[in-house]
Amino acid sequence: MNAMSSQLQPEMHAAVQPKTKKSLNRMKRSDWFWAYLMIAPTLIGLGVFYLWPIVQTIYLSFTKWGGFGKYKWAGLHNYELLLKDPYLWIALKNTLIYTVIAVPVGIAISIFIAVLLNQKIKGITIYRTLYFLPVVTMAAAVAMVWRWLYNADYGLINYLLSMIGIEGPRWISDPAIALYAVIIVAVWSSIGYNMVIFLAGLQGIPRSYYEAAEIDGAGPVRMFFKITLPLLTPSIFFVSITSLIGAFQVFDLIYLMLGSKMGNPATEQTQTMAYLFFTNGFESGNGGYAAAVAVVLLVMILIVTAIQMKLQKKWVHYD
Amino acid sequence: MSVYTSRNKTTKKLLIHLLLIAGALVMIAPFVWMVLTSLKSLGESTQVPPVILPTKYQWENYTHIFEMLPFLDFYWNTVITTVAKVVGQVFLCSLAAYAFARIEFPGRNALFILFLTVLMVPGQVFLLPQFMIMKELGWLNTLTALIVPGLFSAFGTFLLRQFFMSLPKELEEAAKLDGCNHFQIYWRIMLPLAKPGLIALAIFVALWSWNDLMWPLIVNSTPDKMPLSAGLAYLTGEHTNLTNYPILMAGSVLAIWPMIIVFIFMQKHFVEGITLTGSK
Repeated sequence: MNAMSSQLQPEMHAAVQPKTKKSLNRMKRSDWFWAYLMIAPTLIGLGVFYLWPIVQTIYLSFTKWGGFGKYKWAGLHNYELLLKDPYLWIALKNTLIYTVIAVPVGIAISIFIAVLLNQKIKGITIYRTLYFLPVVTMAAAVAMVWRWLYNADYGLINYLLSMIGIEGPRWISDPAIALYAVIIVAVWSSIGYNMVIFLAGLQGIPRSYYEAAEIDGAGPVRMFFKITLPLLTPSIFFVSITSLIGAFQVFDLIYLMLGSKMGNPATEQTQTMAYLFFTNGFESGNGGYAAAVAVVLLVMILIVTAIQMKLQKKWVHYD
Repeated sequence: MSVYTSRNKTTKKLLIHLLLIAGALVMIAPFVWMVLTSLKSLGESTQVPPVILPTKYQWENYTHIFEMLPFLDFYWNTVITTVAKVVGQVFLCSLAAYAFARIEFPGRNALFILFLTVLMVPGQVFLLPQFMIMKELGWLNTLTALIVPGLFSAFGTFLLRQFFMSLPKELEEAAKLDGCNHFQIYWRIMLPLAKPGLIALAIFVALWSWNDLMWPLIVNSTPDKMPLSAGLAYLTGEHTNLTNYPILMAGSVLAIWPMIIVFIFMQKHFVEGITLTGSK
């Protein structure tokens, strides 16, 4: 066998050798041809429907919308209006409150559940399915059932509260409470997704670390803070970036749970940036203004993501 | 000593189960309530104190919704849109992902950065111009508007690129010596091997498409062209004065069960996909 292959070797070399630079180039060219051809459909689609719209939105934010596709250059007019708009500040405040509460609380609860599920216990698949149900459910259905549960007069939640002597608030029509009522639902529906990422992160931590710590006499709390949490930081970093971007754009639940501004006094006080964008762009026809809101949102996300990227060196431990 | 620790372990396990069960109850209680309410009469649903179980199961709530609304249209629109987006996106993304992962060509990094840009930018930045494009093409209130922008995805390309990069190089070298071109390598060798990735992406796309709200709300305003998500939102909005909660809940149950079934059966692949996006 060996002798045969060594005999063959020179021949094969001879066969390959004639393929000089020219044919190599031809092979490369064919590679490139296929690469561009395979990327082209998605590239063109993304270009037309996503990349070009980014440019257009930025342009639109400097124009005045005349309806029916007519717009006039207006310089910084929209941004000036925006700064004077009391709703911008309400929307900014609400978006920030939402983010600052929903993201860390959601992450903390998901880590807690993931740690529990990472023990050797029976029924992990069943638990995972149950915790995941809200993630696969459409927002319209989620919002509808929660509205019913939150109903001040015949909702289940206030009834349960009344049984322990608490008079429940008007959850979704009290402007002071409504945002928090939405946050509860948002956290409830995000736990399952984050939990899966954390569970994957936890499973990457070698068991031997815990065994060694156990021999040293470390308790579960100490082990969590000294081993689990530091080694989970890459997952926490990923989840915090994606949930932050998601939180900045929160729309579905606010829109669906609170209803229109006409019907619910709380809606106006509970709107977020994405809601402000939607009502201006698609309900009252202030396209240029809505574009400016979108640009502000984009800048906010870029700044916060950049800060997170910078800070990660301080707290994220790889390997 | 060992008896002590093993008893200790059992207590610990019991405690964990108790905590997990308490959590799970909170997670599924709204769903149980949804199903129970969907079977109550209108009077029962607003009774104080609330009744837990309906005295007489009102199965007809589930047929009433089809009589009161174009609910069958909602269903059809959702199914068509979702199937088209899943097939289109998985095919187009896997083509592009193969090229990014497996072929070296000039401009690869620059193009990939363009794709990542789309991934980073919030949806609101695309929406107005996308709406204008749909309007100019005359696609408003058609299923085409729901489908076409959803065929292209930076996320899908990114996800599948991760998968293709993890496959061994020898396979394609052998195929190349046999004279296969890149499309043949992609179609015959790589695609079958990337099946777990393709399935994971397919489930993601199905879930997002099925549940997507803002885009359908923007482009389709006539009820018979709406998908379930927008249809349900429309029901609770000011356009209809439908305050019959049992029937609304029946609609919700009908709208969510297909994705729940998909998730239960495809859990493994779904978790794999999430894990892949969450790791670098």
